[in-house]
Amino acid sequence: MLVLVAVLVVLAFFYGKSRGSALGTAGGKLHSLPYYHGYFVALMVAIPLLMLAVAWPAVSASFIEARALAILPADLQPADGLARDAVMRDIRLLASGVISDPDRLSAYPQGVRAAAADFAKLNWASGWLQIAVGLLVGVGAAMLASRKLSTRFRARNSVERIFLTVLIICSAVAILTTVGIVFSVIFETLRFFAKVPVTEFLFGTQWSPQTALRADQVGSSGAFGAVPLFIGTTLVMLIAMCVAGPIGLFAAIYMAEYASPRARSVAKPILEVLAGIPTVVFGFFAALSVAPLIRRWGESFGLEVASESALAAGIVMGVMIIPFMSSLSDDVINAVPQSLRDGSYAMGATRSETVKKVVLPAALPGIVSAFMLSVSRAVGETMIVVMAAGLAAHAVSWDLIETFNPLQAVTTVTVQIATLLVGDQEFESAKTLSAFALGFVLFFFTLILNMIALRVVARFKEQYD
Amino acid sequence: MDAAVMDTDKHHEAIMTPAEPLIMKQGTPKIVTKDVTVHYGEKQAIFPLDISIPDRAVSSFIGPSGCGKSTFLRCINRMNDTIPICRVGGKITIDGSDIYDPDLDVVQLRARVGMVFQKPNPFPKSIMENVAYGPRIHGMAQSKTDIEEIVVNSLKRAGLFEEVKDRLDAPGTGLSGGQQQRLCIARAIAVNPDVILMDEPCSALDPIATARIEELIDELRENYCIVIVTHSMQQAARVSQLTAFFHLGTLVEVGDTEAIFTNPQERRTQDYIMGRFG
Ligand SMILES: Nc1ncnc2c1ncn2[C@@H]1O[C@H](COP(=O)(O)OP(=O)(O)O)[C@@H](O)[C@H]1O
Ligand SMILES: [Mg+2]
Repeated sequence: MLVLVAVLVVLAFFYGKSRGSALGTAGGKLHSLPYYHGYFVALMVAIPLLMLAVAWPAVSASFIEARALAILPADLQPADGLARDAVMRDIRLLASGVISDPDRLSAYPQGVRAAAADFAKLNWASGWLQIAVGLLVGVGAAMLASRKLSTRFRARNSVERIFLTVLIICSAVAILTTVGIVFSVIFETLRFFAKVPVTEFLFGTQWSPQTALRADQVGSSGAFGAVPLFIGTTLVMLIAMCVAGPIGLFAAIYMAEYASPRARSVAKPILEVLAGIPTVVFGFFAALSVAPLIRRWGESFGLEVASESALAAGIVMGVMIIPFMSSLSDDVINAVPQSLRDGSYAMGATRSETVKKVVLPAALPGIVSAFMLSVSRAVGETMIVVMAAGLAAHAVSWDLIETFNPLQAVTTVTVQIATLLVGDQEFESAKTLSAFALGFVLFFFTLILNMIALRVVARFKEQYD
Repeated sequence: MDAAVMDTDKHHEAIMTPAEPLIMKQGTPKIVTKDVTVHYGEKQAIFPLDISIPDRAVSSFIGPSGCGKSTFLRCINRMNDTIPICRVGGKITIDGSDIYDPDLDVVQLRARVGMVFQKPNPFPKSIMENVAYGPRIHGMAQSKTDIEEIVVNSLKRAGLFEEVKDRLDAPGTGLSGGQQQRLCIARAIAVNPDVILMDEPCSALDPIATARIEELIDELRENYCIVIVTHSMQQAARVSQLTAFFHLGTLVEVGDTEAIFTNPQERRTQDYIMGRFG
């Protein structure tokens, strides 16, 4: 079908183009160049055909399936949705003809075999029908389009309009999916709060989401106080930013202000490679290399260090964020106009004075927002913390040193979302729904951070337009 | 003198034996350059160039754009050092001491030779802090009151104080273009330089602001050696006493401003002044 679409579209283009040139040679001045006529006809053909190619399989599949089920004998009619799916699987399998062994074939009831034969036939017919309809639609669209062609026809403008429409549709898809995700998260969150009060979620200090699946099952009723998760997230984020903030910033200053073009051409790709490492790799690096290292180091001081610690996760996460932080800061530092540096040098300032007193203050808003974007990155990061920070929620108490002890295992919002949804889940349970609530909190927090950061950057750009 | 230029120039005798400008007779020159050349990478931007610039006077560099006026001006405070590919040859002395002497501290040189740029470039700080920037980094004043005194004096000399005295803490970037440029001048004179270099200081300003700056330059002339690059010949005629005409990286002619504009010795100077090229 797609081949057909391609062929028809190409044909339509050349047809339109030749019609255009024919019009041009036959009588008078064309408003648009002939190839625009070609484009116009091609687009007019392509759009309905693509729509057909997308819609046809969906419509025809449900129709054919219904047919196949309808001709099943009464005793084979599926009782519920599950059985229905099973029967359809059999039918599809048989229809595809991969089973040729007569013994295995006869294992299926006669009725199913008959339905499968019918299914196969219909499928075949549908395929050809689609091509036939496609041809018809394509040729029809081409005829309609070419009727509009004339010397005065503004093919150029029409093509422009069609392109515009396509672009708008694409952006709309992007925006609508985002909005859809947000709404589904909000909706599920509200359902969660119907089961668990908001205050308990936001201020409760006990997190153990294992609800009993059956009424007779022993087990806790589940506690959904997210404070330990918020603390864990904050802790890991703070450690990460302690690593990524200064190192990223100083790396950026070096790259933007001091590095010779040659040093830059070496250092920049290396940082980019660092940015390209999948976070899973960072994760096992944290779990297998850094965590044991910290543990041994801690033990040599007589400290008790958990084998999974906030410190290990935080440090590795910081390393992961360094390139992000440094490339953002690099951009804002580079955006500081050279004239300011010249002004400072001309006053007799040294390079470090210029950086400290002119460049950094000028770039400060941008650096702050780079920092905030990095924070939202740290808060949203999952893989490293899953692998290196632990799963158990950390006990929260007023003993702040104990609560914020970076040497202990912590768990974060993202880790909990991941573990809550791994494995078989019952969609209705508070446990599953709590993942949405956590996701919403996360989303809300990063949204606010990003919004502030982007606002600041926009202001900053305005200042030096 | 560059050979290629001499070949194409029938009037080169005039350069070989220039009449000494009257203005130079008044005292010893402040800045003297000898065989100064500048390369950007492989490309030569300034061909061996000799010029003497008087103290307590305004000297202007004119010439078509791209002829090397800015490049040469930036040699005088060694701003070209900040461009990695730029190499400067020859000798430049200020008050007889070589400014390219390896022992010389560039930082101190730039405190003595201030610079004002084409586009006003106040730092994103308050008016006060803009002017205090130089005195602070050079440790010229310790106490807050000393700094304030310097700031107020500099703003007064730059003719800006009356306009901004109520808002010294407002950001310098919030001023109008002309005010910003006067702020930059105040910033430059705050460190008490001997020489002020100005690279087309009015080309981003409207005529009224330009007139204001020109007036200021004329006032400052009494205390400083001022070198101004300008693309406006009227401006050169109005504010300067010495005029140097540059073309394609060479100094074509230099003399008293009046002499240059009324009786240029060089064909190319004449053409430029008459607006026949550039
Ligand atoms: N930073 C630079 N890098 C390379 N070439 C430069 C640089 N600055 C100026 N030049 C070149 O040096 C020549 C003189 O430029 P400039 O001094 O800016 O001229 P003017 O100020 O008289 O218009 C020009 O040909 C210009 O292309
Ligand atoms: Mg210039």
